[in-house]
Amino acid sequence: MLSRSLTVLARMTVTFLVIVTLVFFATRMTGNPVDFVVGEGLTSEDRALLIRYFELDGSWWAQYRAFLRGFIDGNFGLSFIERRPVAEIVAARIWPSLQLLLSAMALTLVVALPLGILAAIRRDHWTGSAAMAVAFLGYAVPNFVLAVFLILVFAYWLNWLPVVGNATALHFILPTVTLAAGLIAALTRFTRNAMLDVLGQDYMRTARAKGLPERRVILHHGLRNAGITILSVIGLQVAGLAAAGSVVVESIFAWPGIGDLLVRSAIRRDYPVLQFGVIAVAAAVIVINAAVDLAYAWADPRLRRGTLA
Amino acid sequence: MTAAPLLAVENLSVAFGGHPAVSGLSFTVKRGETVALVGESGSGKSATALAIMGLVGRDGGRVTAGRILLDGTPPLDLAALPEPALRRLRGRRIAQVFQEPMTALNPVIPLGEQVAEALRLHEGMGRAAARAAARAAFARVGIPDPDRRLDQFPHELSGGLRQRVMIAMALACRPDLLIADEPTTALDVTTQAGILDLLRRLQAETGMGILFITHDMGVVAEIAQRMVVLRAGRKQEEGPVAQVFARPRADYTRMLMAAAPRLGAGSPPAPRDPAPVLGVEDLSVGFPTGPFWARRVHHAVAGVSLTIGRGETLGLVGESGCGKSTVARAILRLIEPSAGRVRLMGRDLAGLSAAALRPLRAEAQIVFQDPFASLNPRLTVRDLVTEPAAIHGRLPPGGRRALAAELLARVGLEPEAADRWPHQFSGGQRQRLCIARALSVRPALIIADEPVSALDVSVARQVTDLFARLQREDGMAILFISHDVAVVERVSHRIAVMQAGRIVETGPTEAVLAAPRHPYTQRLLAAVPRPEPGRLRPALPEAPPPPPVVLRAGARPARAPLVAVGPGHLAAIDAVPPPVRAARLPAAAEA
Repeated sequence: MLSRSLTVLARMTVTFLVIVTLVFFATRMTGNPVDFVVGEGLTSEDRALLIRYFELDGSWWAQYRAFLRGFIDGNFGLSFIERRPVAEIVAARIWPSLQLLLSAMALTLVVALPLGILAAIRRDHWTGSAAMAVAFLGYAVPNFVLAVFLILVFAYWLNWLPVVGNATALHFILPTVTLAAGLIAALTRFTRNAMLDVLGQDYMRTARAKGLPERRVILHHGLRNAGITILSVIGLQVAGLAAAGSVVVESIFAWPGIGDLLVRSAIRRDYPVLQFGVIAVAAAVIVINAAVDLAYAWADPRLRRGTLA
Repeated sequence: MTAAPLLAVENLSVAFGGHPAVSGLSFTVKRGETVALVGESGSGKSATALAIMGLVGRDGGRVTAGRILLDGTPPLDLAALPEPALRRLRGRRIAQVFQEPMTALNPVIPLGEQVAEALRLHEGMGRAAARAAARAAFARVGIPDPDRRLDQFPHELSGGLRQRVMIAMALACRPDLLIADEPTTALDVTTQAGILDLLRRLQAETGMGILFITHDMGVVAEIAQRMVVLRAGRKQEEGPVAQVFARPRADYTRMLMAAAPRLGAGSPPAPRDPAPVLGVEDLSVGFPTGPFWARRVHHAVAGVSLTIGRGETLGLVGESGCGKSTVARAILRLIEPSAGRVRLMGRDLAGLSAAALRPLRAEAQIVFQDPFASLNPRLTVRDLVTEPAAIHGRLPPGGRRALAAELLARVGLEPEAADRWPHQFSGGQRQRLCIARALSVRPALIIADEPVSALDVSVARQVTDLFARLQREDGMAILFISHDVAVVERVSHRIAVMQAGRIVETGPTEAVLAAPRHPYTQRLLAAVPRPEPGRLRPALPEAPPPPPVVLRAGARPARAPLVAVGPGHLAAIDAVPPPVRAARLPAAAEA
């Protein structure tokens, strides 16, 4: 377990460095930031002054080193537009995003796991087919369409739910449902397939031969095994969601999260914010991946302790 | 104790869909008695077990007629009991041990918990009490170091220990009836002997009745008092084991008895001074294992030498994991040997490039264990059996059609079979197809890796007879690999016994089996169950443990030089007592 944790940690560090480097060079490749920020009407002397002021006249290597040094010092720069430290701006956006992510994940688990298990054990029954039909619907409808539909019905016609911002618990309902719909569809299918694999296994028959109630056979013996597969899917989904999935939903519902921030700063060419935002998201994805890796080992004893061959 | 039998199956019929699996079956099991339910695949043995457990509905079957009476006050009809009542009986009064101990245990739940949960459920024990009881159950079935095992997982135990856990689990609540469904079929014979001894001892302690399902007549003779012979869901014969063995009444029983391999039934006479076909010298195969900072090498094969001549069959026997299949694959260079020489028809295969090796591949063909997995389901039989000939450009003038017809005739299949697909054939027929495919290039050597292990005894007999006939006709050399000494005896002129990557004894079949010299060979032979009711199996002789096979990189595995102990009969030097070695050494020099 220890060597596995160390491996995971080493992999996290390397991945993070690679991403930071990519972000640095990708932003540099778009051209000289002075031209974007200040725009037309700048004398060439002033332009040179600004370039010197921002230390953009050094070599790429020197700039890269300065960039990394800033990282280590915790000095990530100022927003071009708000003139505030980018760390502060991004930090304010992380919690709302995380809240939305967590509530969407919670909804997904609560709906998809039972639905998937039901679809597996009732696969020859209409309830199983119905569960899969619901799941397929989630796949087929893009989330922005679903969002608009939900807003139309619950906010515009019925006037039951608020649409903009994250002030109250009620504000969570529509974005959470929108965000979770696709996840529920995917996870239901995966849960069903994983359970179907497990249901035919010999140890399920052994569990029944012990006289265990069906509920315990399915949930304890079955889901513990299927859970290993399901866990990896959840990990991928959460990471995907943290990376980009919530950009659309946050924009539609004006959710003050990091996705919304990224879109805005990209539109306004606020590169320090964009750069740091991307790195923050990458860091989140890396942490989530590592957590899933460790959870995987926790769930599967065959990984936890190597085979004694 | 009441006079009524513990279990009375009356006129039981079970069907899966419209297909009857069991028809009108009746038998009884008394307390303290072991009844063997004997039959080949598809005989309805397992369906009967499932019906008794009340689990047949789970697999899509149902009891269509009859009663399954379990003694008690009041007696219960298991066939008519509702599920909640059945559930209270399962694991408490009736328990089952399954065939495959790897897949029958849950891989992600600690072993102790898998036993304890039944105790908590049926006996209402608390967590600590159930854990203590599980520990006691482990100790009772002879699991060493039970405290540690409680928190281990199935993949950390050997097959024999896993089956002991299975038995501990089944017996945790002291059931009245134990159904053992081929509990030793997946195990090595020496492990099997231990499990059979264990079941007998536990039965003597608890007085439970055992319904023992098996296809192995030797096991029947060893463990059961009475037997029921089943074929296609119908009872063929029933009676005390000694009586049925001495005077089988049903034709089917007689056929089963005749087909069952029997150790000591004789082996074919060896050809005289055959021309060498295969010569293997000091073959070694090592697999790297462990993390990169502590690299170790698993020496699966360590210095194996053997020769096979024209028209000769060498039987290679050994228990699972001893490296016999690795030898087969290394000879054909399906895996790369790490050292040693392989000479096939005078050519040294080691060091040949893949292209240079290809023409020689026609000289050596292989038949695998599982005929279901080794035939491509998307090819017709004609394309399948003629594929090697087509690859090597050895198609006769009539092309694939003519060759396929000839090959099918030789392995005893209809010529019409050429247009069909593999899934339309039974296991035995598929193995014939695999043999026909190997024959298509008229190889000098056929390597048969456990070719009959997946087949029923009667079918296995036909397949080994086929090998013998083809060898008489074509004179090919055969390397016949099996874990079953009795099968090997029937087909082999000479045998080689393998243990932990080394050959510990080799020689003419008769000589090795009649007078085994290496303790491991002696132990292996003593463990083989004999179809002789009433015979008490001698305690297994102790054999010294083999040298370790997983070594740090660079270390050389221990060698076991062979010395002559009889004409053509060699045994590993570490096992032959010094006086014998001294006396026999001159003989070795002469030979």
